[in-house]
This record gives sequence, structure tokens and C-alpha cells, in this order.
Amino acid sequence: MAFDYEKYIRPGKLPHIWCPGCGHGIIMKGLIRAIDSLGLEKNNTAIVSGIGCASRLPGYLDFCTLHTAHGRAAAFATGVKMAKPEMNVIVVGGDGDGTAIGGNHFIHACRRNIDMTYIIMNNNIYGMTGGQFSPCTPTGAKASTTPYGNPDPAFDVAKLAIGAGATFVARGTAYHATQIDKLIAEAVQHKGFSVVEILDDCPTTYGRRNKFKSVIEMMNRLKDIAVPVKAAEKMTPEQLQGKILTGVLYKEEKPEYTTEYAKVIERAKGGK
Amino acid sequence: MAKKVAFLQGNEAGAQGALYAGCKFFAGYPITPSTEVAEVMSAELPKVGGKFIQMEDEIGAMAAVIGGSLAGSKSLTATSGPGLSLKQELIGYACIAEAPVVIFNVMRGGPSTGMPTGPSQSDVMSAKWGTHGDHPAICLVPASVQEIFEETVRAFNLAEKYRTPVMIMPDEIVAHMRERIVFPEPGELEVINRTAPSVPADQYKPYDTKFGDVPPLAAFGSGYRFHVTGLNKAEDGFPTTKAALVQAEEERQVRKVDANIDDIVTFEEYMLDDAEVAIVAFGSTSRSARYAVNEARKAGIKAGLFRIRTFWPFPDKQIKALASKVKAIITPEMNLGMCTIEVRRCAEGKAPVHGIFRVDGEPINPGQILDKIKEVK
Amino acid sequence: MSQRYEIRFSGAGGQGLILAGVIMAEAASIYDGKQAVQSQSYGPEARGGASKSEVIVSDSLIDYPKATVVDALLALTQEACDKYSHDLKEGGVLLIDSDLVTRQPKGNFKVVSFPIINTAKNEVGREIVANIVALGAMVALTGVVSKEGAEKAVLARVPEAFVELNKKAFQMGYDKAIAAK
Repeated sequence: MAFDYEKYIRPGKLPHIWCPGCGHGIIMKGLIRAIDSLGLEKNNTAIVSGIGCASRLPGYLDFCTLHTAHGRAAAFATGVKMAKPEMNVIVVGGDGDGTAIGGNHFIHACRRNIDMTYIIMNNNIYGMTGGQFSPCTPTGAKASTTPYGNPDPAFDVAKLAIGAGATFVARGTAYHATQIDKLIAEAVQHKGFSVVEILDDCPTTYGRRNKFKSVIEMMNRLKDIAVPVKAAEKMTPEQLQGKILTGVLYKEEKPEYTTEYAKVIERAKGGK
Repeated sequence: MAKKVAFLQGNEAGAQGALYAGCKFFAGYPITPSTEVAEVMSAELPKVGGKFIQMEDEIGAMAAVIGGSLAGSKSLTATSGPGLSLKQELIGYACIAEAPVVIFNVMRGGPSTGMPTGPSQSDVMSAKWGTHGDHPAICLVPASVQEIFEETVRAFNLAEKYRTPVMIMPDEIVAHMRERIVFPEPGELEVINRTAPSVPADQYKPYDTKFGDVPPLAAFGSGYRFHVTGLNKAEDGFPTTKAALVQAEEERQVRKVDANIDDIVTFEEYMLDDAEVAIVAFGSTSRSARYAVNEARKAGIKAGLFRIRTFWPFPDKQIKALASKVKAIITPEMNLGMCTIEVRRCAEGKAPVHGIFRVDGEPINPGQILDKIKEVK
Repeated sequence: MSQRYEIRFSGAGGQGLILAGVIMAEAASIYDGKQAVQSQSYGPEARGGASKSEVIVSDSLIDYPKATVVDALLALTQEACDKYSHDLKEGGVLLIDSDLVTRQPKGNFKVVSFPIINTAKNEVGREIVANIVALGAMVALTGVVSKEGAEKAVLARVPEAFVELNKKAFQMGYDKAIAAK
């Protein structure tokens, strides 16, 4: 029997705003399958986002959903999680939202290791505003504000997250659709701050400026550059040139923030 | 049993008032001269099972308190001028999302870093006009340590009652001075909690005007699922661009305060019955004014004081009535005329309004006000 | 005493003058049943700079919380003495550290001086209690709060382990001020 996505989609809220060829819908379906596989209770799950195309995702889903301001999703989510630590909190958003205007909140949420999952849909561009370069736009790429090619170096989101203290970091792509739900499910199950970067495409504002002839070509690029971490172990540096590792990149067990704060409450009540 | 008394600083009293009101979540970022609020909350909140978090910046702190409030906790943040500027976008978010939060802003010299340890009263316009777009504004301006406690409780009450952010803004002098405070017993001051939905979860709409201008607010994680956005929204909480709906929602948000001015506005009148010269002042400046009024009376001058306790909404009709019965109004304030503009607007030319402005980090002393009283009587 | 009595503690940041002011005000307000307000002004420095702590004591409601005409001034540094003595009233009390304040302001004041910091350091045994020595002296010189009230207020503010040290500091300040009057 086919998977019943509608169980999790709010009636009357589709169609979504995303363009044909955008991978956000693929990721949303992966998120739904992950939630379903874990049996997360709708009433006990908050999905929080910032601003941008990807951040419209929560509105379509039947959970406690919070569409916040640009870049601030992780900070709003921190407030929700502190007030109700028993809730599952999932943040979704784009690369510009999460790593530029929201970069400070992102790295500090990583540092605190607060128990939530941040799904960052990295399409290398600010899509909603019409294709300006983001901190994840590759050097040299064309964007509406880099007409001569992007002079900026790009963030490696996964390394940024690991460096900042996230205790679970994974990467997938919109092409590898069936892997998405597994990565998200593992991230949500992880106790601590987990980041799932999913490489995505924006044919409308990135593809057409950067000589991609079709959505298929963009998708094929994701297929070609992705190398699972296991496979990468057997490859030479030359073979890994231009490739991007996918799968679970980093995982460690460390004290989680709300659990630690519960101890603060115990100490305060005990007068220590 | 004798009531508990203490010799407390204004900021400490604010934190104690928040606890009395049932605040269970504080998120903040260190900034002079408001840090004592965070320090007390960090020590006291966990004792009552509440949560304290020091965020990475002022914006993050504002975001976190909105999140905490939507998850059902009465939430407080504390800041000062530069921090208030940074919080402004999300204060607008709290307005449109109709999330009750309290912002405790201690007024220091500005603009920008200004005088971090110097007093000022120059954030009052920021309290109303700081965030973009039309929105409701409530701002309380206490003048004593006891009043900071009580007004912080009232700030929470107003936030919860009207589902809107409320600012309480002591100036640095009131926030940092110490006075004796008598703690109200539990139950002695009214404590208002937001109205929870009465409808079944599948019928709940977070902005359902069927229940009036202030719709019931459910908490995340309480069995109600709903959507919150900073976009203009319909009554179900989802974005809309339908012109009539956007217009109606915007008007309703502002009406929550405008239609309830008499419930919100508070003030104090001192020796105004036969006054010929009225001083309109707030915060610590009102204390200088009272001193000056007493001195003026000793000198046979009929002076009186109208003390503004609620700056927003502004006591329009009271000031208008005052202007028609006195010969002159004096408006001392630690800024370059913010309250004066409002008083002149309300006075409608019926009485001349003379400002006394100070932005040098020093308080306006009673002598300055007394001199002006003698000059304009 | 229905009139305002205004006291200013001044010196450098880190000398504990704000606390001295708080204790004096607490003595008046909590233990002696008077009205009191304490306020302060300070610079960006946590240590050094000029710092002041003001206490207004009255039997009736105190409106203006800052000093207008100072009845009694403590100056622990020359800088503070230069900066904060301008509004000391005619006939007011000026208590200075005789080692550190060498230039006295001109005016008709009752000047009392003794080596406050040295007393704390060498006679009480810890420089850190110089503020309590100064407080004891101000209590003796102003008479605006009771000695018993002030002592109680001191002890309520200090950790158990430092009770004796602070008692000694307070008493020594009190006695030296009387002797130096």
C-alpha cells in the first residue's frame, strides 16, 4: 500500500509555493516518513522555521507549527523546548536563513546541544527573494547579486555544525530521497542537537543563472557528487575531488541542555 | 503575620514582581543597567521549576521568550536601549502573532551605546514606534521600587489579558535605587492568566474573533495544534493576503488596546485641584517634580503634579482636561522632548507646555523644576 | 527629624562604597523604621574610577532620590573628594582618609580625618573591610541611624565566616571617628 502522506498534511493547505523542480517537497515527504516511522505524536511535536521558501514547510504539516522571523527559528525553538522539554522540536529552513542572518542562533544551539533537530535545506541561494548569493553559494557562481561571479567562499554547513558543538551531523541530498527519512529519523532519535543538511536545488534562481539546462541535470549533479561516508573511506583524495560526503558524518553522546537544566532546577530546589 | 519587607533595588523588585505574576521563563542577554533582573531570575526561577536561559544575543532572547510563551509559560526578557533596538523586529512579531510577553527595559542614555550607566527616559518613543508597522503598544513607567514590583505584575496581567507584548520601562535611577519594599501576600495582587480555549481541539482557531478581540490562546503541547506566523494571517493562523481580512485583523490588533484605554491607563494626581501650574512627569523625574511642587506650595505658588504611570497608551483625555484648567504645563524629562510632544498634542493649545530637557546623564533636580515653575506661574 | 538628611559615600570603584550606602540605608529603613533611599552613580570601571553611593534618610516620604545639598560626605580618594564635594552644605560633615586625601576642599565643613584604609588593613586585619570601617565612622558622625540598627544591617549582609571581622571593622571605625571629631 502506498504511504499515506495526507495523514500529516493539513487539509486545504496545498498546493505548496515551491517551483517545479525544487527539492523542498522531496525533503518534506522524507520528513513525514521519518516522523511516521518514529511514531511521533502530532500534539507533542513542534515544527519551527524562519523565513524563506523552505521555511514555508511547517504551514503544510499538521503539527504545532511556528513560522518565525528571518533567521530566528533556532532561538524561537529554544524557547519552546525550554518551556516544554517533553516536546519533539524540529527546525526546518534554508541555507541563507540558517547560516547568514540566523548563523549566530544556529551555532549557539549547536553549542548548547539542546535536544532538537535542525534540517537545513541547502540550495545554495536565497530563492524567495529572487536568487541573491548566500553563505552557501559556491565561489564563482552566478547569483542576482554576483553578476560577475561570487567572490565569497562558502560555508561547509556540516563542518560548521560540528565545529560549533552539534552532536549529530548528517548530510543527504534531494536526489537520494529514500535516505532522507532515515537520516532525519536517526537525527530526531539522537539526544542532543542534531543537524541534517540536505543538498537541494533551486532551478528557478540558481540553475538558470549557472548554465544548468534542466532540473534533471541539477538532480544528476547531486547524484554524481554524493559519496557515502563508507564508500569514501576506500577512495583516494584525487577520487574525492569535487565530491561531497553523505550519510552520518558525526555522532557523539554529550550532556543535553534541557536535561542539564533539569539538574539546575534540582540543585536550586535543594538549595545548593 | 507581618508582611515580608526588604530593602531592594528596583531591578530586583522587577524580578520579584515577575515571579509573583507566575513568570516561568526568562531569556535574556547581559546589558547594563538591567543585568540584576537576569541575575535574580537565574537564581529564583529554577527554585519554582521555571527556566532561565542566557541567549547568544538580544534578538535570540526575544525569540526565545516568544517561543516560551507560545509553549505556555509566562515569559520575561530584560534589556536596555541598544538591546531594545535589537529586539524591535521580534516585538513586532509578538504583536502580530499576539504572543503575551513582558519586556523589562531599563532606560539609559542613547542613542547607540550612549551612556550605559547614565539614566535617561529616551526609550519611550521606541516603545511605541520602534518596530515597524501598525501595532498595539503598552508601556508602563514606574517611579519607585515598590511600584516596579507591582507594575511588573500588572505588565504580565496586561500581556496575558490582551495577548500582546507589554513593556515596563523604569529609568536607570529607579531601576538601580534601593528602597524598602513590602511584598504583597499571594493573592493580594490580581494575577491574570491568558484565556485558554473552550472549544475542542479540532475547532480551535488561534485568532477566532467569535470570542471577541482577544481570542483564547492555546499552548503548544497542550493538545491543540495550530499555526503561528509573522505574516498577516487569517483567524485560523495561516497567512492571507485577502485585503478585507488583513485590514480587519490589523485593526483588531490595535483595537485591543485602543478600545480598553480606561482599563490600561493609570496615573496619579498630586495637588492638582487648585493648581495653576501643572507638571507632567514620569519615572524618577516625577519624584523631582513632587519635591518641586512641595517647595512651590511653600512659596505660595499653586503647583501640582500629574504623574504618568502608563506612558502607552498615553493619557490623552486626562492631559486634555488638565490643559483646560491650568495656566501652564511643565514637562521635565530626561530626553529632548518626547513626552512634551505628546502633552502638546493633547493640550491642543489650551495651555502652554514648557519642557525641561536633560540628556547629560544627570537627573533633573527639583531646583530646575522649581525655577521653571516660578518662571511660568 | 522630618527633614531630609543626605549622605554621600564616595571613593573608587571596588572599595565597597555602594554596599556601605546600602547598609546605611537598610539600617534606617528596615531596622530604625525611617524612610530611606539609596542610589549610586558609577563609571564603566568595576575597579577604580570615581564612584558614589547616596543615601537619603527622612521621617517622611522621600521623593527626589538623589542628593541636593549633602549633609555628610565620605571621600576615600582625592579624585572622589575633588569631584563630589561641591554640594556639601555649609556646616556639613566631611570624613576623609587622611592618607589618601591631602587636598581638602575649601569651605566651612566639619572635617574629620583618620587613615581609614590603613585602619582596615593594619588594625582590623583586612583592607577589604575599609568600607565597613568608613560606615562605622559615618554612623558615629551623622547620628542619623542608630548604632544598633547599623550593626544589625552590617551583620545581615556579611557571610557567617566574616561576622567577627566586620563587627570589629564597624566598631573601630565608630570609635576612631568619635576620637577624631
